[in-house]
Amino acid sequence: MSASVTESRLTRRFEKLKEQDRAALVTFITANDPNPEFFRELLEGMPTAGADIIELGMPFSDPMADGPSIQLSSQRALKAGVSIDDVLGAVKDMREWEMDTPVILMGYYNPIYRYGPAEFAQAAATAGVDGVIIVDLPPEEAEELNQHLREHNLHMIFLAAPTTDKTRLPRVLDHASGFVYYVAVKGVTGTKSADMTEVGARIAEMRQQTDLPLGVGFGIRTAAQAAEVARFADAAVVGSAIVDIIADGVDEDCRPEAGLSTRVLDFVKDLSNGVRTARSVDGAEA
Amino acid sequence: MAEARNTYRDGPDEAGHFGLFGGRYVAETLMPLILEVERAYDAACADPSYAKELASFNAAYAGRPSPLYFAERLTEHYGGAKIYFKRDELNHTGSHKINNCLGQILLAKRMGKTRIIAETGAGQHGVATATVCARFGLDCVVYMGAKDIERQKPNVFRMKLLGADVRAVDKGSATLKEAMNEALRDWVANVDDTYYLIGTAAGPHPYPTMVRDFQSVIGEELRGQMDVAEGRLPDTLVACIGGGSNAIGLFHPFLDDSDVRLIGVEAAGKGIESGEHAASISGGNPGVLHGNRTFLLQEDGGQIKDAHSISAGLDYPGIGPEHSWLHMQGRVDYVSATDQEALDAFQLCSRLEGIIPALEPSHALSYVGKIAPELPADHLIVMNLCGRGDKDVFTVADALGTEMGGAL
Repeated sequence: MSASVTESRLTRRFEKLKEQDRAALVTFITANDPNPEFFRELLEGMPTAGADIIELGMPFSDPMADGPSIQLSSQRALKAGVSIDDVLGAVKDMREWEMDTPVILMGYYNPIYRYGPAEFAQAAATAGVDGVIIVDLPPEEAEELNQHLREHNLHMIFLAAPTTDKTRLPRVLDHASGFVYYVAVKGVTGTKSADMTEVGARIAEMRQQTDLPLGVGFGIRTAAQAAEVARFADAAVVGSAIVDIIADGVDEDCRPEAGLSTRVLDFVKDLSNGVRTARSVDGAEA
Repeated sequence: MAEARNTYRDGPDEAGHFGLFGGRYVAETLMPLILEVERAYDAACADPSYAKELASFNAAYAGRPSPLYFAERLTEHYGGAKIYFKRDELNHTGSHKINNCLGQILLAKRMGKTRIIAETGAGQHGVATATVCARFGLDCVVYMGAKDIERQKPNVFRMKLLGADVRAVDKGSATLKEAMNEALRDWVANVDDTYYLIGTAAGPHPYPTMVRDFQSVIGEELRGQMDVAEGRLPDTLVACIGGGSNAIGLFHPFLDDSDVRLIGVEAAGKGIESGEHAASISGGNPGVLHGNRTFLLQEDGGQIKDAHSISAGLDYPGIGPEHSWLHMQGRVDYVSATDQEALDAFQLCSRLEGIIPALEPSHALSYVGKIAPELPADHLIVMNLCGRGDKDVFTVADALGTEMGGAL
């Protein structure tokens, strides 16, 4: 059952960061939010701004695990028009000039099921995707897709939650590949702030049971919070806070105002500074 | 297709699958919770005192058994098969929804939960949930689409009178689908004290099974009642289908009686060909939403389409997973009725039987009207009259181009 993906862009990135003794910054944006041009511009700027891993949301009409920020972002993207092929096309184009930064896709199962799990895995691998997070595919239902992802050397990244108890955690870890994504709050994305002491304790607990890198997301909104996470986790995921800047910077017709991409990327730079200095003395005091 | 099986009543498997359908497609945060619900339900089923308590509430609080009624004037009107109604609209709160709510609230109590959340379309499930929450002293939050709040005002006020906090959901089509999304989000955020009381035989395992079990009281009663009335089994059972809880409750005890024809009537809205309908099986494909794999109205790219029906209770782009399986097995026939056909049946039933039916079973009745004239006089049809129509009078007045004080 467990991952057969051994060497990949994602594992190389985590290994390299481990050598540098720092955590990865994972930045989330929704594909084609608020339109394809803006999205591609952001995507192009992400690695330079400091995103170590790029997470792209594949919009779904009914994002049940997401709070208002990502719901609205999905709606903007769907209004602009976005398909799985559009998302994969953007990744494929990015791979022309960026070969080292891992890209993981986040979404819900139905669009992939309709696309065909085997077809999706092949197309994603061809485009240069490194892994996927499917929110509504717990380990119990994941094999239908995961068998094809493994075949194409793609990671299936599973979530562990505050509710994932001791008896259940081994089951999640058994299936996990690439890294384990710890959901820091009991809630949907972007609505609560994580209690870092509690999260730190859970991460320490999970370290005893897996060698996989451990990422933390949900409820990380600022550079300071990202830095706090980066002290004990291997990755800090920021989504809603980035997406909120886009929401604030578009007009009623979802057109981005001038300078919006710079504002988003400046925020990514802030987050990156937080993560990069987190384990140094200065960072600890920041 | 149907010949190969010994039984149609042995599903789901341990993981909640009815063949391809069902399952547990939820975020990890919810997985431990639905596993807990499953364990608690299994334990309750193994405890005779649970069944006894439920039976006692069904009898003294809900008013079960609901009568089996010979609809003589409709039978004469159609001039064919003998038409019976299973009168679940006479239950306390006015629909079959109370059957499920009593079962689940007793479970929630056993689990020590203090806060109940629910989604509602027509408001029938919301009212039934608010009712049992009042009775058992539990906090109650009901999510309801803003559009449904507008068209089901009497039920909204009833829920408030019963002490429920009714929260409007104005996203998307602002109907049942969005209400369910919002209820799931609430549950993820309030996992410790909250029980999600799902109203239909859909959602992640064990809900489709649990709701079916609670609603099967309808079909079980009918077997005995029909034996008394006619000394045999009925020939055809007809029920409307949104999520399909009243239908599965009527059908399930008869699934292995191969001579009993089972017909589920979906809402065809403005017509299947118009694209504006809520008929998941007639006009949809298999997909994954709200915790289960089932037939869904969806676009080619897998985005979920908005449903349309004059009946808020059927206005949902999915259907319970067991129905999807029964459809693939060929054991149940799934057909549809339009808004207009339901409206016609609504009026006919009111005038001929002195019963104002809900718009939901009016869909089933309209299909009864299609088949009854062609069938012999000794053919026994039973339609589940699963809800009363008081809640729908504003919608119907509007559709007929009049108002409450106007002429008809």
